[in-house]
Amino acid sequence: MTESPATKPADGDARPRVKNGLKPERNGSVVKSLRCCHERQPQRHCHPEEEEEEKEEKEEVHAAAAHHGGLYNRPFLESFEQTPMLVAVFTYMGYGILTIFGYLRDFLRHWNIERCHIAREKEEQKDFVPLYQDFENFYTRNLYMRIRDNWNRPICSVPGAKVDVIERTSRDYNWTFDYTGRVVPEVINLGSYNYLGFAENTGPCAASAAEVTAKYGVGVASTRQEIGNLDGHEEMEKLVAKFLGVESAMAFGMGFATNSMNIPALAGKGCLILSDELNHASLVLGARISGSTIRVFKHNNMQNLEKLLREAIVHGQPRTHRPWKKILIVVEGIYSMEGSVVRLPEVIALKKRYRAYLYLDEAHSIGALGPRGRGVVDYFGLDPCDVDVMMGTFTKSFGAAGGYIAGKRELIEYLRSHSHSAVYATSMSPPVVEQIITSMKCIMGEDGTTIGLKRLQQLAGNTVYFRKRLREMGFIIYGNEDSPVVPMMLYMPAKIGAFGREMLKRNIGVVVVGFPATPIIESRARFCISAAHTRDLLDRALSVISEVGDLLQLKYSRHKIQPSSAQDRPDDGGDAYEDVED
Amino acid sequence: MIFKSFREYLAWLYYQYLLITGIYVLEPWEKSIFSSILFSAIAMAIYTSYVFVPIHVRLALEFFSGISGVQPESTVARMT
Repeated sequence: MTESPATKPADGDARPRVKNGLKPERNGSVVKSLRCCHERQPQRHCHPEEEEEEKEEKEEVHAAAAHHGGLYNRPFLESFEQTPMLVAVFTYMGYGILTIFGYLRDFLRHWNIERCHIAREKEEQKDFVPLYQDFENFYTRNLYMRIRDNWNRPICSVPGAKVDVIERTSRDYNWTFDYTGRVVPEVINLGSYNYLGFAENTGPCAASAAEVTAKYGVGVASTRQEIGNLDGHEEMEKLVAKFLGVESAMAFGMGFATNSMNIPALAGKGCLILSDELNHASLVLGARISGSTIRVFKHNNMQNLEKLLREAIVHGQPRTHRPWKKILIVVEGIYSMEGSVVRLPEVIALKKRYRAYLYLDEAHSIGALGPRGRGVVDYFGLDPCDVDVMMGTFTKSFGAAGGYIAGKRELIEYLRSHSHSAVYATSMSPPVVEQIITSMKCIMGEDGTTIGLKRLQQLAGNTVYFRKRLREMGFIIYGNEDSPVVPMMLYMPAKIGAFGREMLKRNIGVVVVGFPATPIIESRARFCISAAHTRDLLDRALSVISEVGDLLQLKYSRHKIQPSSAQDRPDDGGDAYEDVED
Repeated sequence: MIFKSFREYLAWLYYQYLLITGIYVLEPWEKSIFSSILFSAIAMAIYTSYVFVPIHVRLALEFFSGISGVQPESTVARMT
């Protein structure tokens, strides 16, 4: 009945891919108000201010100047450079060789020539349907385990701009780890989601959280519905609603659970969910649990979305052709694996035209984008009332934990009684709530200081500077120019492990990502810029990244970007928002 | 990149070989197996080309010159 892509298992960040080529293209009458965004898409020429030269490969640089219909008030610059052919060939070759050795090791394990460290079926179950034969388990056993020391690294200090990492070694090639007893101090932290630098143990946020712990304790011992609704929760929710510019908001203890437990309350059987190709696992899980029909549109591709909307409205539900009860478009503000920003003005224009609802997941963009830090809606200068359901998390920019949903008052009242997370989950811990309140007041400027504004500007400046320098060095960087999530492509499987280890040797902690969170040949290192990083910390990190890039030959980019002169650098980023008044 | 000595450059080239083929992640005995198979395959290719390529090239030249040449000689008589 549903067209949900059930081919991929719901683990990790599996992306549902659905073939939508069933019906022929129906681009009959193009709506006048959307003509501008259609014209903007096929542009492959640079924005005149860009320094890159003309490209022969299929790079998408979408530049929307303000005079093109007024949907975008600033240039929208994204690029996803195509994989160089030789690099792709070598990557496949590398995976092929590792697969052959994987089969060899599996053979040795099967015939008990070597000891098997990983889960296997019991003797009695050997004739049953095999549990561990699929590619995911093969990959885990034979590839992931070999470079496993780059993940789950234990840290023993607050994850600010610098962090202390516990040193560990392995004698049996990462099957078990031993702690040497030493700590690697002051590792530059380029992996924590600490966009505004609120992950700190000193300062007003930590002090007020400590006071609240002294008053309320740490545990709440109940759900929100029963007797766990503290005054702190009420204050925080009012503050979140005021921060976002909407009528009302509701907070939950866990960001993942916010998505996966609230989408089922909003959509059900007979509804249509249009979700982006690269949505997070929590959104995919929530959509699947809800039981609605799920259709996937290509990443950030507005023509595809419009085509799906038109088809859905024209044809209705799959067999009965009745009209859909509701159509919910699910997008994210910043996609954390690509660093791309959603084309929100076009999505809102489409939503209004076709009477659909919009669910915006601002996990990474709240606090990180926009001149006042109010997220992607603020970044594009749009009206928050246009987005029906605004969701976000407190983990990334506020230094706390949990998620929120905000929107109209009736929606939030409905969710208070119908959402699984609200009814069954324990309410948020008081110090966490206090951290959210203090950090949000700081960002809004309500605590009387300009710390929040300075941090927002520092983050914007850092982002633009870091991305520009990496581009100049010759790395392939994905994503939007303003997104603080910077994915740098590595491609080859051996370089994933080598990069993580070489960076840690030089005292920089990075997060490297491979399959299954990314497509198999597009493994990457993902840097998260923070307002806590000072300019010289970034410089130090950049010189190390350049050194490791030369050592590992990671500078794949085929564009020549002239390095700007030294005078330009201090003026970066502060100019990004200088023309917006509060 | 500046290399202090030729040996350092060779070590870096070996490192690149490990990274590109992907055997950087393997255990040392697996690295040895792969390297020995690859080395023997390359050695066999070089030996075969050293022994057979000159003969094949000479024969090919004679075959083609026999067709376009003035005297129509038979190739069988040529080879004895």
